[in-house]
Amino acid sequence: MDLLRFITAGSVDDGKSTLIGRLLYDSKSILADQLEALEKQSRNKEDGEIDLALLTDGLRAEREQGITIDVAYKYFSTPKRKFIIADAPGHIQYTRNMITGASNANLIIILVDARNGVVEQTRRHSIIASLLNIPHVVVAINKMDLVDYSEDVYNNIAIDYAETARTLQLRDVVYLPISALKGDNIVDRSDKLAWYEGPTLLELLEQTEVEKDVNLTHGRLPVQYVIRPQTEELHDYRGYAGKIVSGVYRKGDAVTVLPAGLTSRIKSIETGGREVEEAFAPQSAILQLEDDIDISRGDLIVTNEHPPRVDQELEVLLCWMDTKPLIPGNKYLLQQGSRVVRAVVKEIAYQLDVNTLEKNTSPGQIGLNDIVKVTIRTATPLPFDSYSSLQANGGAILVDETSYVTVGACMIQ
Amino acid sequence: MSTTNKYHLDYLDQLESEAIHILREVAGQFERPALLFSGGKDSITLVYLALKAFRPGKFPFPLVHIDTGHNFPEALDFRDQLAASIGEKLIVRKVEDTIKARHLTEPTGKFASRNALQTYTLLDTIEEFGFDACIGGARRDEEKARAKERIFSVRDEFGGWDPKRQRPELWNTYNGKIRKGENVRAFPISNWTELDIWNYIRREKIDLPSIYFSHEREVIGYEGQWVAVSPFIRLDPSDQVETRRVRYRTVGDMTCTAAVESGASVIDDIIREITATRTSERGETRIDDKVSEAAMEDRKKNGYF
Repeated sequence: MDLLRFITAGSVDDGKSTLIGRLLYDSKSILADQLEALEKQSRNKEDGEIDLALLTDGLRAEREQGITIDVAYKYFSTPKRKFIIADAPGHIQYTRNMITGASNANLIIILVDARNGVVEQTRRHSIIASLLNIPHVVVAINKMDLVDYSEDVYNNIAIDYAETARTLQLRDVVYLPISALKGDNIVDRSDKLAWYEGPTLLELLEQTEVEKDVNLTHGRLPVQYVIRPQTEELHDYRGYAGKIVSGVYRKGDAVTVLPAGLTSRIKSIETGGREVEEAFAPQSAILQLEDDIDISRGDLIVTNEHPPRVDQELEVLLCWMDTKPLIPGNKYLLQQGSRVVRAVVKEIAYQLDVNTLEKNTSPGQIGLNDIVKVTIRTATPLPFDSYSSLQANGGAILVDETSYVTVGACMIQ
Repeated sequence: MSTTNKYHLDYLDQLESEAIHILREVAGQFERPALLFSGGKDSITLVYLALKAFRPGKFPFPLVHIDTGHNFPEALDFRDQLAASIGEKLIVRKVEDTIKARHLTEPTGKFASRNALQTYTLLDTIEEFGFDACIGGARRDEEKARAKERIFSVRDEFGGWDPKRQRPELWNTYNGKIRKGENVRAFPISNWTELDIWNYIRREKIDLPSIYFSHEREVIGYEGQWVAVSPFIRLDPSDQVETRRVRYRTVGDMTCTAAVESGASVIDDIIREITATRTSERGETRIDDKVSEAAMEDRKKNGYF
């Protein structure tokens, strides 16, 4: 059994929470006591239907306002897969929370209200999917019950969205008609959508192949911690512990430690307390090297084929996530993998309009949720890959030096 | 095709790797971390994951137990044996002592629970040892406020969680930078469900305290739940004490944890029962969560785990 992480995105009343509730409900992942609590709270009791949306809003403020403010994680599994759902807010002011949920997703479900078609929010969520490089996109055209399950309505929206997908170069886009409220085409097929021959949403979630999305060619292991038992029998043991974010490491492989550029060979590999011949992404491992070289937390051990770039000047697409504005010239901490370096945001090349994709080269103040292309200079060299080619080693966060709050998400170009 | 299969990671392996990564991030980013250990299955799993993360080295943190004085004796014995067998440091701080030193008022009632008072002892312990990060075994599937919490959860000097001001947390990059007085609660098994834990325990053959398995116990029935007879609960004349075959699905205090009737004496049987059950873990076994819809959110805001 493998694992799929997905995020749901949609505008305020697109039925996002209802969709998740429906998935959990129809896949029998809601237990009796949870259902009982739900029935108690259901606001629209007069029509006798359970308000499935209430399953996902976890904070008092969210229940009071009937909106999602922060990401909630939900879990369910079928015999084929374990699923982790990031139920993320759709409001523009909570975009940073959506990005939190989207950053790890294998797949995004973009909900479109069949009555409204592709709207500004749809484009914004799609741009975020594209920026974060989410490999698989499912466009779920919802509320088909309110447009008489019309194939024409569905087709027109799909054609319209395909244009957006093309502009954004989304790689794998699948469309399907659903009604989350009525349960059409979520877990069970629907007679009312007989003209639709593709898989149901759950089938899609079960079938989407995600294993191929793991990079197994570019060896990258950020050293998190150095294990030194310093006991008599393990006197010389120095284990470099970290998670392999991409690639495969084999005993005997030539490796380079960056940014210093020191080279050695792998003497031994351990995973889960056992010595192994090879280890691969996304395993956590411990490497021992042949040579006694200076390695500490923050270093990156790479295999010698396909080395990353090492530079102090980075071109970055930056999503600003702080309520205080971004001030060019300000210094921040840049955290990438296990490495933290001081960094200065030098200049802003342009601001990306998240609704139209237009590039504004003379933007005003950059505030919360704005996306800008910037040049960042780091105090020491940073080994990195471009986010679009190797996500695992191309993303970084900016941290405010005084408040220590995470203020920016960097997609290195 | 063979290459993709060869490099396939099962979901439990992926969860394990994620948890080890988080444990090592805590070790790498903090000066004085601690692992909060209760003797329950989740924190036992955490200890087991820490062995995988740091052996052949020592743990870069002590195990810390906040002892309410209402624990199951079996869980306490297990705690001591485990700490001794792996040779790691165990720090125990007692809620009883905090109550005396701070003149706290003990809750009263039939199931007077010290659950809320634990927070005082926890915060005192954090201060006593200067812990900057506490690793805990909370899972997001347990409860809806937990479902919202980040893996690195920054708490203010009162231990309080502010759900409206959580830091964005992207990819596998955890920002553990904190200001003086703040500390971080880190949750390596956030993404595990109850069933994942049991499946992992089965796969890895992890030992658990005996109360997780079917045994005979004196209990009273209370609102459809079975509560163990102990010196910590008040028996009323209307209570009928009976002996039943039960096991525990979660292990908290004897005052607020209910048993489930079960003949499951091996892990396979337990997994079968959990798969078939129609009640959630906390709903079936926790008396303390039923108080209000936002019980957990409120406790977290006040410094609870």
